[in-house]
Amino acid sequence: MINEELQAYLAGKFSNAEVKPGKQYLEILVQAADLHETAVQLKGVPELSFDYLICLTGVDYPESMQIVYHLESVKHRHMVVLKVNTADRVDPKVDTVSDVWQTAKYHEREVYDLLGVKFNHHTDLRRLFLDDDYGFPLRKDFKDEVRIVER
Amino acid sequence: MSETKEIIITSDKIHTDEYLVNMGPQHPSTHGVLRLLVRLEGEMVHNIQPHVGYIHSGIEKMCEAISYPQVIHLTDRMDYLSAHMNNEAVALCIENALQVEVPERVKYIRTIMDELSRLASHQLWWCVMGMDLGALTTFFYGLRDREHILDIFEETCGARMTLNYSVPGGVMFDIHPNFQKRVKEFIKEFRKKLPEYDQLLTGNVIFQERTNDIGYLSLEDAIAWGVTGPSGRGSGFSCDVRKHQPYSAYPLVQFEEKLATKGDTFTRYRLRMEEMYESLHIIEQLIDNIPEGDYAVKMKGVVKLPEGEFYQRVETARGEFGVYIVSDGKKNPYRVKFRSPGFSNLFALNKMAAGHKIADLVAIMSTLDLVIPDIDR
Repeated sequence: MINEELQAYLAGKFSNAEVKPGKQYLEILVQAADLHETAVQLKGVPELSFDYLICLTGVDYPESMQIVYHLESVKHRHMVVLKVNTADRVDPKVDTVSDVWQTAKYHEREVYDLLGVKFNHHTDLRRLFLDDDYGFPLRKDFKDEVRIVER
Repeated sequence: MSETKEIIITSDKIHTDEYLVNMGPQHPSTHGVLRLLVRLEGEMVHNIQPHVGYIHSGIEKMCEAISYPQVIHLTDRMDYLSAHMNNEAVALCIENALQVEVPERVKYIRTIMDELSRLASHQLWWCVMGMDLGALTTFFYGLRDREHILDIFEETCGARMTLNYSVPGGVMFDIHPNFQKRVKEFIKEFRKKLPEYDQLLTGNVIFQERTNDIGYLSLEDAIAWGVTGPSGRGSGFSCDVRKHQPYSAYPLVQFEEKLATKGDTFTRYRLRMEEMYESLHIIEQLIDNIPEGDYAVKMKGVVKLPEGEFYQRVETARGEFGVYIVSDGKKNPYRVKFRSPGFSNLFALNKMAAGHKIADLVAIMSTLDLVIPDIDR
């Protein structure tokens, strides 16, 4: 499907979500509660079949954490960017999608490690790179007086 | 003389428990500081848990404090064998965000350098793969030929590995007057050397025994685990960004995306060998036709991206590399994320190697072609 068709299709399918054309790719912003169901649909519906999760990451915005999923369909070769904002910035929680796309398991561990986002129902949510008592370095309010020199 | 007593061992008396072995962080076949926690029963691998982060250097955090052109300098410290592709990804991302059109000459130069990097990376992979399986000769052959490419790099931009050649708007210097001559010499020579590679390793019986029918990865698993590059294409996952979202001079050249369906270690090995021929083919189409013109467009002294999010995908030697930049309009990025191919590829290792012997784990890991700073960032 080309982008306009895909946008109309997605807007019809996910009525609670906000579908808009981004600068490069189509973007869907979903409610945190609908995330898992949306992910299942995005992968499962044959017209969409977003089966390849390219990139999963988090961004620390002033009012909430945003988790960003770049998705591609191997069959149809269309792309979409799925986004979800967490309700709380300090103790953010979203549902895991690692049962939908297996690779998300480790990408989510990375996001948990660097941003402190907890993924509900994740089977193995441990830190990936850093020590257990290290803070969450990609947060904007992270302070490390020893290792980071403010210029 | 003391009398020896005969000990009769029956199979039901031999019993092995599952036990854990740390493979790495200082293990030659992990190619860097990677630790694999391997659950073994005898020689059989039951489960592998990769432990990463030994050289996590916080590149993404560092990027938030520096300017956009400086970000490029950090990217070739990640996957140091695909340094030029990583540089190019950031440069393309910035150019797309600012809607800068680079001269044709730059596109040609970048693509030739891409393919030379891919060749150098595959040569190193090939020689190390042989060495991992006990064939030391391959190591000398591979490094010998790689030297020619590194010399060309050195003449072009002064560096042999951390190139920093792509900058926003073009490349840092124009190509050296010798560039075309030397590249053509190299291609001519390497086309003769590649069949030697096959004679030395591919047809070897021991090598065949150790790689054939080992470490299967199905197409479904390859997609689900995001295994890209030659490793994914060995399972039939069509994931070549050069074909699907072409950039630089790739729309102008004819080449094949090599795909196989078997998905075992030997298939992944063959695929990389085939890719070397394709790379040579791409360079041959471009090297005589580099258009005249500027090697860079003039950019502003301080590069500021408009507010928004930008994503750029490129194909490195290991798979799909992505740069995700979130900008708030200031001179340094708000958030940078590097989607590295090694990260996704590594975690499919358990899927491939569980159920095989521990010696096969080395062969399987070799065909994944891991570079650890690429995983840890």
